[in-house]
Amino acid sequence: METIWFIIVAFMLVCYVILDGFDIGTGIIHFFVGRDERQRAAVIRSIGPIWDGNEVWLLATGGTLYFAFPQLYAAGFSGFYLPLIMVLWLLILRAAGIELRHQLDNHLWTSFWDFVFSLASILLAIFFGAALGNVIRGVPLDATGYFFEPLFTDWTTGGQTGILDWFTVLSGVVAFVALAVHGANYVALKTEGEINARARKVVSVGWYALVLSTIVSLAAVINVRPQLLDNYYSLPIGWLIPIFVLAALAALKYFNGKGNEKMAFIASSVYLAMMLGGAVYGLYPNVLPALDPAYSLTIHNSKAGAYGLSVGLIWWPIGIIIALGYFTFLFRTFKGKVAVDEPH
Amino acid sequence: MEANILDRIQFTFTVTYHYLFPMLTMGLAPLIVIFKTLAIYKKDEKWNEVARFWGKIFGITFLFGVVTGIPMEFQFGTNWAAFSKFAGGVIGQTLAMEGTFAFFLESAFIGLFLFGEKRLGQIGHWVAAFLIFVGTWLSGWFIIATNAWMQHPVGYEVAQDGSVQLTSFWSLVLNEWAVYEYMHNMGGALVVGSFAVSALGAFYVLSKKKAEYGKMFLKVGVVAGIVASVWMLFPSGDLQGRMIAKHQPVTLAAMEGLFDTQHGAPLVLIGQPDMEKQRLDNAIHVPNMLSFITYQRWDAQVRGLNEFPKDQHPDNIPLLYYSFHIMVGLGTIFIGVMAISAFWLWRGWLFDSNWLLWILMLSFPFPFIANTVGWMVAELGRQPWLVYGLFRTEHGHSPMVSSGNVLFTLLGFFGMYTVLSLLYIFLILRRIEHGADELGSSPENAGGAN
Repeated sequence: METIWFIIVAFMLVCYVILDGFDIGTGIIHFFVGRDERQRAAVIRSIGPIWDGNEVWLLATGGTLYFAFPQLYAAGFSGFYLPLIMVLWLLILRAAGIELRHQLDNHLWTSFWDFVFSLASILLAIFFGAALGNVIRGVPLDATGYFFEPLFTDWTTGGQTGILDWFTVLSGVVAFVALAVHGANYVALKTEGEINARARKVVSVGWYALVLSTIVSLAAVINVRPQLLDNYYSLPIGWLIPIFVLAALAALKYFNGKGNEKMAFIASSVYLAMMLGGAVYGLYPNVLPALDPAYSLTIHNSKAGAYGLSVGLIWWPIGIIIALGYFTFLFRTFKGKVAVDEPH
Repeated sequence: MEANILDRIQFTFTVTYHYLFPMLTMGLAPLIVIFKTLAIYKKDEKWNEVARFWGKIFGITFLFGVVTGIPMEFQFGTNWAAFSKFAGGVIGQTLAMEGTFAFFLESAFIGLFLFGEKRLGQIGHWVAAFLIFVGTWLSGWFIIATNAWMQHPVGYEVAQDGSVQLTSFWSLVLNEWAVYEYMHNMGGALVVGSFAVSALGAFYVLSKKKAEYGKMFLKVGVVAGIVASVWMLFPSGDLQGRMIAKHQPVTLAAMEGLFDTQHGAPLVLIGQPDMEKQRLDNAIHVPNMLSFITYQRWDAQVRGLNEFPKDQHPDNIPLLYYSFHIMVGLGTIFIGVMAISAFWLWRGWLFDSNWLLWILMLSFPFPFIANTVGWMVAELGRQPWLVYGLFRTEHGHSPMVSSGNVLFTLLGFFGMYTVLSLLYIFLILRRIEHGADELGSSPENAGGAN
């Protein structure tokens, strides 16, 4: 049963990354695609009615993680204390940036909040990437079942590790590139004219960076945590995941070239899902590997009681089906492109 | 300072600040449904404008609630890891359900309500308003159920590793304590919402600006206000008090400032607890009243603090005592103000009675205070336990997070929330200013959100 919950949490995380990923990506490319205030207003409007619904997936994923693997939640969140609190501040700043810019018709005011929105998005992408990097590399859990990581130590992946080392910074860069491309696909899908053309340019140029960073990061992962491949050898169907990654990259190039924005967006969503899925596939049954494998948190030693988990299997599917219904309705209601001068 | 104290200060600060926003949104949500219903039932576009006006204030407030709410969930892990290890197997249930059932609902329909009126049509827009109401109140239920379990743990067993695990889903979700706490808490939110609507109505009438709309605000606000204010005393406050008397008698003694066990205990109205001498200074009280309201007998025995070991006492008795008395005092004033306003409204005198409109206009901050001190009663009263009778607060914090790190983030939250406060005040004042211009302007603005 804990395996089912592992899959559920992974599924929700993937949903979060795809959905809020394009909000973050939109923020990353904000100043590049929106060259003046009217254009930036249109960029913000493309995520306006839906971004907070996307962010809610983070809360829901966190809640589900807490419910299914409380030991992991306790150890992981306290261990990553400083970066997680900073993520909270960044989320607050991003929200302020999106929602406040249109409150005053003043050049300085809108420029300031555009800047806050973009900077917070860039940092969020890097933080989230680095967080995933930390999980893949492993953390210094000990016999107490806790760890604490300072922000950085000596930038190596061994010994007393920090949140940031060469590997986790690399993960942050990969996330930055991947979300920038993903966001550009979304902006292209939602806009017309100049903004649309520039967003597609980001995709076509960013694609090369994405391919390069994908290859480098895969090589780095295998170097830092070769055990990640064990599951692939024992259950080779997992090799389909990297094949899907490559297929998604190819499809992204193809559809962006064709001007099929919808399929290009789907391709970058599949890419994100498969990159995360590949990491998750390799981690299982670990949820937070320790540098000393004896102390690793797995789905078995971090799970909640069996009764609680089985009750959850009744309400979770009901809740999520309803929720998917709302989101389908929401996205259909606001489908179509936003224009530059449309009043909001 | 020790890490545990700083962790407590940070949680207290962030949750107190956070809850200022949900208490308003949960209070406004049903009122917006009423505005929307009146618009459709009376086929009156003016009520639609009122619904839109308050919808925008709701939207801004909701956003602040979301961004200050995420730190609450995270802090269970970041700052209270030992508590989460102990209790995650139970309270993870309600917290995860909140995300799955309430947050998705609220966040999807708030976007639709604010931006989608044209695309949804009038009935669809009403449904969106109603579902926002359901979502916010459902969210409240799951949080109250979580807190109620910490106040009065039920439906659990202690596992081999010392953590608690759920054994009965329905006991957790329908905890008796949660039922009364919910009734009382949601009534409190409605008091906030109805006073806010009334206060702004009074402001518009007094400043002779959009007085017509101000009167509409007042009609709904005052009627909802009298119902909610009375509800806080009876039945919800009374029932909540009996739960405390039954399950947390030491908390009751501390709230009431009852140091010694008495037959026919008095109800203290004013007085200062003197912890050194273990007595109440300058007390003004109603004889035998506490015995009566607690046990419905004038001479019933009420146990005082002296009956309980010191290590079971709440660790800040004076603050608990004052919080309780401020809450009750304000609640009584609310009933008085709203009773007079409702009578004046019924007689048709309200809109010309400037003195009463002034009182209504200036009263809006006090329900926020009353709700906050009410929660302080609940949470200070639970001390020294994190989970009543099972797990002490001093054992709950994250063992690996040093006090220096907590102080760093605490100061960061101070700074961040100071900025948020300024922004919120600015935005709301601007809404009040611009909202007045929009009210009564051309209906083609429908569906546009600013």
